[in-house]
Amino acid sequence: MKKVHYQDIVAHVSSMCEEANFELGEDVMNAFQSAVREEKSPMGKEVLNQLIENANIASAERVPMCQDTGVSVFLVELGQDCHIVGGSLHDALNEGVRRGYEEGYLRYSIVDDPINRKNTGDNTPSIIHVELVEGDNLTIHMTAKGGGAENMSRLQMLKPSDGLEGIKEFIFETIKIAGPNACPPLVVGVGIGGNFETCAYLAKKSLFRPVGERNSNVEVAKLEEEFMSEINQLGIGPQGMGGSTTAIDVKVETGASHIAALPVAVNLNCHASRHKKVII
Amino acid sequence: MSKLRISVPFTDEQTITSLKAGDQVTISGTIYTARDAAHKRMAEQVEAGEKLPFDINNQVIYYVGPTPAKPGEIIGSAGPTTSSRMDKYAPGLLDLGLKGMIGKGYRNQSVIDSIEKNNAVYFGAVGGSAALISRSIKSVEMIAYKDLGTEAIRKMEIEDFPAIVINDSQGNDWYQLALEKYHN
Repeated sequence: MKKVHYQDIVAHVSSMCEEANFELGEDVMNAFQSAVREEKSPMGKEVLNQLIENANIASAERVPMCQDTGVSVFLVELGQDCHIVGGSLHDALNEGVRRGYEEGYLRYSIVDDPINRKNTGDNTPSIIHVELVEGDNLTIHMTAKGGGAENMSRLQMLKPSDGLEGIKEFIFETIKIAGPNACPPLVVGVGIGGNFETCAYLAKKSLFRPVGERNSNVEVAKLEEEFMSEINQLGIGPQGMGGSTTAIDVKVETGASHIAALPVAVNLNCHASRHKKVII
Repeated sequence: MSKLRISVPFTDEQTITSLKAGDQVTISGTIYTARDAAHKRMAEQVEAGEKLPFDINNQVIYYVGPTPAKPGEIIGSAGPTTSSRMDKYAPGLLDLGLKGMIGKGYRNQSVIDSIEKNNAVYFGAVGGSAALISRSIKSVEMIAYKDLGTEAIRKMEIEDFPAIVINDSQGNDWYQLALEKYHN
């Protein structure tokens, strides 16, 4: 049985929080660069160039690329032969966030209670999902998820007879309603199937995949490409300024569902698709 | 693309009238920051018949909640937040003399109508380009609601702040115009 120490997790998470906010991933930067070449609208092109320049400044000066440094969302794959010692996994993740957000001068964006809304002052608690897997590795995926795009995300329980057409209609409607609010160009995370709560989880989980990486299932991968091409016909463009780059990627994850059910969830991510991964 | 250089606060109504949806501008001068919690508190003060923490006449509010300043810096990253969350409060502030707002995303019809009625303007800044925008912020002074942290009201001196006119004083909406132009 492999032992992973609490302090080790804290140290990794703390630096992931900083890196996610200072360094735009190569996957996203590549997507920006190819979008600039293809974008039809001059103002859209200018917005994309501004985003590239912004990412370069953030990286060089080690400052956050966006002032919304997000809620820290973790997807942890815990090997069943891995033993965490020195404290609990949840405490370690939150301690890492506390340290990373303080040392990185990142913004605290979490309130303790949705009604009374008092800031917790350390960006915790995080949102934590744990999946038990085979092996003895501890894999931590982290994203700093911004509020603007998250607010425009939606879920609907469709009828099986609505089929693919109904799914598409719901996705496009969500993106049109979001428009400039969600900070396009977007990364669109789609969950299809499962039940009410797993569908939302599938949509969120899809956003952890690197931009440009297709679903390993060929049929689902084809859907991703189809959705992407149609979304980019909508005309919204970078920051809603018009153009052909409304999304830089569409991710789809599917799950088995009840014979009566066809849930669809669309979790939008802004262009600052911040995600980091570490294997301990 | 050529950019219009404008100064704020708006001491001259004609400057506002001349701005058209889709114009790219650089803004210099003094602005005030306020987002969700600050707007709620300002509305409560107006309701209670109290004075606002700054003279709102001809001023511009920037919807932003900056990151903390690193040692030796005046501010952290400071890009625009989603404006629609302030829609509930905007018409009331425009009626009190506010002339401009900087944020990102759609405004609802009552805000658009109020912008037209009060000869005001709504600018969009590029959401997420917070490190770049911070370079145009030259000084920062916290003037009210300090307890709100990132949401406190700050007075800022800005120079060549990049933005785009979204809703002009004639009721035009650049988001709609751009969408119609590029929709296939």
